[in-house]
Amino acid sequence: MTLVLSQLFTGISIGAVLLLIALGLSLTFGQMNVINMAHGELIMVGAYTVYVLQQVISGAGWSLLIALPVAFAVAGLIGVLLEVSLIRRLYLRPLDTLLVTWGVSLLLQQLARDVFGAPNVQTRAPEILTGSIRITDDLAISSSRVFILVLALAAVAAVTLVLRTTPLGRRIRAVVQNRDLAAVSGLATGRIDRLTFFIGSGLAGIAGVALTLIGPIGPAMGTNIIVNAFLVVVVGGIGQLKGTVIVAFVLGVLQSMVEYTTTTSVASVIVFVTIVAFLQWRPQGLFTLRTRSLA
Amino acid sequence: MLKRTMAFVAVAATFATLTACGAKTDESGAASPDGAVIDTSGPTVKVGLLNSLSGTMAISEVTVRDSLQLAIEEINAAGGVLGKQIEAISEDGASDWPTFAEKSGKLISEDKVAAVFGCWTSASRKAVKPVFEKNKALLFYPVQYEGLEQSPYIFYTGATTNQQIVPGLDYLKAQGKTSVYLVGSDYVFPRTANKIIKAYAEANGMKVLGEDYAPLGSTEFSTIVNKVKASGASAVFNTLNGDSNVAFFKEYKSAGLTAGAMPVVSVSIAEEEVKSIGTQYLAGQLTAWNYYQTTEGAANEKFVKAYKAKYGADKPTSDPMEAAYVSVHLWKAMVEKAGTFEVEKVKAASDGITFDAPEGLVTVDGATQHIHKTARIGRIGDDGLITEVWNSGQPVKPDPYLKGYSWATGLS
Repeated sequence: MTLVLSQLFTGISIGAVLLLIALGLSLTFGQMNVINMAHGELIMVGAYTVYVLQQVISGAGWSLLIALPVAFAVAGLIGVLLEVSLIRRLYLRPLDTLLVTWGVSLLLQQLARDVFGAPNVQTRAPEILTGSIRITDDLAISSSRVFILVLALAAVAAVTLVLRTTPLGRRIRAVVQNRDLAAVSGLATGRIDRLTFFIGSGLAGIAGVALTLIGPIGPAMGTNIIVNAFLVVVVGGIGQLKGTVIVAFVLGVLQSMVEYTTTTSVASVIVFVTIVAFLQWRPQGLFTLRTRSLA
Repeated sequence: MLKRTMAFVAVAATFATLTACGAKTDESGAASPDGAVIDTSGPTVKVGLLNSLSGTMAISEVTVRDSLQLAIEEINAAGGVLGKQIEAISEDGASDWPTFAEKSGKLISEDKVAAVFGCWTSASRKAVKPVFEKNKALLFYPVQYEGLEQSPYIFYTGATTNQQIVPGLDYLKAQGKTSVYLVGSDYVFPRTANKIIKAYAEANGMKVLGEDYAPLGSTEFSTIVNKVKASGASAVFNTLNGDSNVAFFKEYKSAGLTAGAMPVVSVSIAEEEVKSIGTQYLAGQLTAWNYYQTTEGAANEKFVKAYKAKYGADKPTSDPMEAAYVSVHLWKAMVEKAGTFEVEKVKAASDGITFDAPEGLVTVDGATQHIHKTARIGRIGDDGLITEVWNSGQPVKPDPYLKGYSWATGLS
C-alpha cells in the first residue's frame, strides 16, 4: 500500500513537471497554433536565470523565489522578441514557423554554450527543498517535488484566472476562437498575440526555474524536454487548457506505475503505444475547442 | 492544417535521422603490407587528435584534447620524438560515430599521421576500430571501458574492468556491503559492466537486488530511486553517463538517501562531472578510477601545475585526461625504443615500456596492449575534489577478458 501511494505521488510529481513544461506551450501552440520548437530553450533561459541570480544573491532560497518573476520576464521578453521579429511574419505558414523556430532553438543553445560554457552549470537548492517530507514511517515525499506540484497548480490557476476573468483573457479567447471576427470587432489582434506569446514564453521560464531542482542545467536541456511538452499538448487537445492538465497527470501516473512494475525503457514504450492508440481513436486529442470559425 | 503540419514534423525527423545514418564513411587509405604509410619527410612528424569538439560529448572530450596538447607541447619543448617536433592535427568527431570513422580515415590516409589519440565512447571506438585495423594504423584510446576487446592496432591507456569495476566491488565487499542495486544508462558499457558485476556478486555471496537502465539523456529518476530505496540494498553501483547523473543524484538526495546509509559507487563521475552535478548532492559518495587530481606524487604535482597554468586555475584534472596525457608519453617512449615510427616496429617495442605517470608508474603490457594501472577508490569531498580512500597498493595487470577470474568464465 505504501508503495502504491508513494508511486502515485511520484506519478503526480512527474505529471506536475510535464504540466509545467507544457503549460506555456498550450498557450502558444494550443491557442495560437504556433509550433514553437524553441520552447525548450525558453525553459533553458529560465534555468540559467537561476544560475545568474545565484552569482549575485547568495541565499539559495531567496534567489529561487526572486528567480520566478525574473525568469518569467526574461523568457517572456525573449519570446516577444521572437514573435515580433520572426513568428508574426509567418502566422499563416506553420511549416515555415517550425523550421525557423528550430533554427532559433539551435541559435539559443549555441549562445548558452558561448556565454556559460559547454559543461552543465550547477545551482544551489535551498536546504528546505533538498530533503523529504515524512508522511508515515516508510512513506516520504520529496519536498522539491511538492514545491513543483504547488508551483504547477498555482501556474494553472493563474492562467485560468487570467483567461476567464480579465479583459485580456477575454480578448485572448476571442482571438483564438475567431481571429477575423475579433479583428473586425476592433480588437488589436497583433497586440494580443504578442501578450499571449509573452505569457506562454514566461511560463516556460518558470518551468526552467523548477527544473533546476531536479535536473541538469545545460545548453542541451531544452532538446530533452520539447518532445514531452508537445506530446502533452497534442494529446490534451488543441486550444484546451484542461486537456493539458489532465493528460499531464495521467501520463505521469501511467509512466510511474508501469515503470515500477517493468523497466524504464519498457515503460516509455508502453506510454508511447498508449498515446498512439489514443490518437488513433481521438485524433483531435482529449478535448477540442468548438468554434464557429470557418478556418 | 494541423494534421499536415504533424506529417511534416515526422518527415523532417525521418530526414534528420537518414542524414545522420547515411554520413559517408570513408575508410579507404593507402594500406601497405607493412602498416600505414607515415609521412616523416619533413622536419616534423604528424599525429592525429580525434575528439568530439561539438555535440553532447564535447564537454568531456575537449578536456582530453587539451590534455593531449599539453603532453605534445612538453615533448616538443624537450626536443621532440627522434629529433622531430610533433605536429598535432586536431579533428572533430562531433559526437557522431560515422564522423569518427570518416575523420580517422582522413587522418591516416591524407595526413599520413604516425598515430591517432582520442575517442571517448565505446561506440566511437567500435566505429573506428575497423578503419585502424584495415589501414594498420595506431590508435591510443584513453578512457576506461567495458573490456572484452583487444584490437592489434589499439593501445588502451584507460582502465579495463579488472582495474576499475572489480576493485570497486572488492572495496564494497571489504566494507561489509552484502547487497547492491545496479543503475545504468541503456547502452553497451553499463550492460556489459553489470553482466560482470552480477557474475562477481554470485561468486562472492553478494546479492544483486535490482537492475535498472535509463535511456541516455533521461532526466526522470523518481521511480528508479523509489525502487532503489524500497530494495534496501546496502550500496548502489552506478554506471549512468552524462546528464542523467545530475538528475539521479538530485533525486537520490531528495528521497532522503545518504552516502552513509547507502553509498553510490560511480564509474563515470570524475572531477569535471562533480563540478557540474554539484557537491551539495555528491559529497560523501564514492568513485572508482585510477587517478584523482589529489593523487600524491611529484609527477602529478607537475601535471596539475602545468595543466592549470595552461588552461586556468579553476580547471580540474581527471582520470581520462591523465590517461590521455600518459598515452602520448608512452607512444614517444615506444617510438624511441623502436628507433622508427613504423607501426609494426613500434608495436613490437611496446612491451615493458614504463612511464612515471601522474597516477604512478605505468607499464605497457605488450600482449594485451593495455597498461598496468593502480586502482583507486575515492570519496567526493565538499570542495568538489575526490580524495583516495583505498588503492590497490601496486599496479594491477590488465586482464580485458577477465581470464584470471574463475567467476568470469561464462562471460564472453
